[in-house]
Amino acid sequence: MTPAVGIAGIGLLGPGLAGWAAARPVLAGHTSFAPAPVTPPVPAMLPATERRRTGPSVRLALAVAAEAVQASGLPPEELDSVFASANGEGQVIVSILEALHEPDGAISPTQFHNSVHNAAAGYWGIAAGSARPSVSLGGHDFVFATGLMTAVAQVTAQKAPVLLVVHDVPLPPPLAALNPGEGSFAAALLLVPEGAALGSLRVGYRAGGPLTEPALPAGLDAVRAGNPAARALPLLVALAAGQPATLSFALPEAAALDVAVAP
Amino acid sequence: MTPFRITAMTAISAMGVGLAETRDALRNRRGGLRPCDLPCMPDGVWIGRVPAAEAIEPAAAFACRNARLAELALRQDGFVAAVEEAKGRIGAGRIAVVLGTSTSGIEETERAWARRGADGALPPYDFARTHDLHALPRYLRERLGLAGPCVSISTACTSGARSFLDAAALIDAGFADAAVVGGADSLCRLTLHGFASLELLSRGPTRPCAEDRDGITIGEAASFALIERASPEDAGRIGLLGAGASADGHHMSSPHPEGHGAVAAMRAALGAAGLAPAAIDYVNMHGTGTRANDAMEDRAIARIFGDAVPCSSTKGWTGHALGASGALEAAIAAICIEDGLVPGCLGVDRVDPGFTAGIVVENRAARVDRVLSNSFGFGGSNCALVIGRIP
Repeated sequence: MTPAVGIAGIGLLGPGLAGWAAARPVLAGHTSFAPAPVTPPVPAMLPATERRRTGPSVRLALAVAAEAVQASGLPPEELDSVFASANGEGQVIVSILEALHEPDGAISPTQFHNSVHNAAAGYWGIAAGSARPSVSLGGHDFVFATGLMTAVAQVTAQKAPVLLVVHDVPLPPPLAALNPGEGSFAAALLLVPEGAALGSLRVGYRAGGPLTEPALPAGLDAVRAGNPAARALPLLVALAAGQPATLSFALPEAAALDVAVAP
Repeated sequence: MTPFRITAMTAISAMGVGLAETRDALRNRRGGLRPCDLPCMPDGVWIGRVPAAEAIEPAAAFACRNARLAELALRQDGFVAAVEEAKGRIGAGRIAVVLGTSTSGIEETERAWARRGADGALPPYDFARTHDLHALPRYLRERLGLAGPCVSISTACTSGARSFLDAAALIDAGFADAAVVGGADSLCRLTLHGFASLELLSRGPTRPCAEDRDGITIGEAASFALIERASPEDAGRIGLLGAGASADGHHMSSPHPEGHGAVAAMRAALGAAGLAPAAIDYVNMHGTGTRANDAMEDRAIARIFGDAVPCSSTKGWTGHALGASGALEAAIAAICIEDGLVPGCLGVDRVDPGFTAGIVVENRAARVDRVLSNSFGFGGSNCALVIGRIP
């Protein structure tokens, strides 16, 4: 396992989970979960021209990133970042595929540059005024654990803070039938090399072996199952409860990411 | 960073299938770009196509144009045997697969789209193992029998270069002892029509750094490397000496005109390698052939190197292989070091007279020990690698 990595800020937006402060009692089991649709907030931190061009997945990513950074008190422009999303901005991909199959086959230049998987990271760089490195990952259903492993590796190797953002919006039809999803979800963890206010974690990769999927508070199992980014929920539940926990997350094909959480 | 040895390498692109053909094409200044003959593509453009990949059959579930390119690359240069040897030495569970791609197997979805039912439904195909970004590293992991961490990177045109950087962090943090890195990207309608919509495609073969350059030629490629931490007995072998990245924080598709992000990435790579600019013998440019990229990159290179270091783009041979370009050009850098070759830009009658970096347009024989390789992408993503002889 890696040395302990601290959590200096958390951002969260999911069905019935509107920000870390509001969601914490729900995740800790003190308040019952009441699902409510997620409305991706308009990113006020972007200039108006850029703001209009952002889609729901990018908006979710920017909102949780801003929340986690604000909670940490660290300057946003000084943070390396890892953005992880299984589907990126699916509605852009689908509208381009539609346009490609129209008779003239022409697509919109704005749609095209928004179709890159690192669109969220690009808008974050503009919003934060940051020149720091950023990487954008895929990961299918394993995207949260892949992002966490990559971000913790960077913190450990570089001994510097890293902002991890995991965000996914279900794919629109007709792609939804091939890769179904339910509910939008995004979470951000600001990881730092030392212990921090919101807890710490150590992470290890295992090529095979058993997985333990802890039960979540009533109603959250369905959220976790519906969105690859929501596979983060067991970690968020452990952090909300403020209890030590040992978790494991599935990675391809039978591998696991073990995470030891300390409050 | 501590250097990483490149234990094995392979590359396929329009200029050649395998390193021997790639080397031969570089030496003989034989480019691989042709007029576009694929259906449903923009009119009048050229492409860097790899026809040999089209007859390849990868494992059925993964079958798509991107996996065909990947499989063709795996069959070259003794790559599979080198990975087998490493598995015996290190263990399959300690070798990561970290790969970049911008569009993965989306070409499979484009084909399926044309066959939608009356209700708009797509015919069945394995979305997770073709279109999905994770399909590429999962394919190599299965094909090579590896069980270490699996990471897919998609930072547009820096994806392949970035894979070296993130794999190095995974190894440094103890998640793996070695990694298969690199990338694959295949010709598809989304990227060709996308760059056409931005009016960035050239009408003939791309001519980076030329006074009259008129844009990009899109290519396809796959290139992989097996990297592991260098030991003292690796001195003199070729490895990754440094890597650096940055963001522009400026615009989604236009580079910062003064190249601040490009300068930051190059300086970060030099810093990671512990090298002064004068230690670099050749700069392999991102050099896409667009007016804006090449002008920005010239300024950025000149700011660090003046005109003292020869630099060129090899995209005149291969086209711009997008998310695979950084990986492909890492392989080209290794060839330049082995062969003592500085390849001059292809097809350039006159270098842009506004340029002040040391642009080279003819091949030169020279001792090359260290190459700086640039990649820049949409979203303001920048990445630079230093490939060189391990001290």
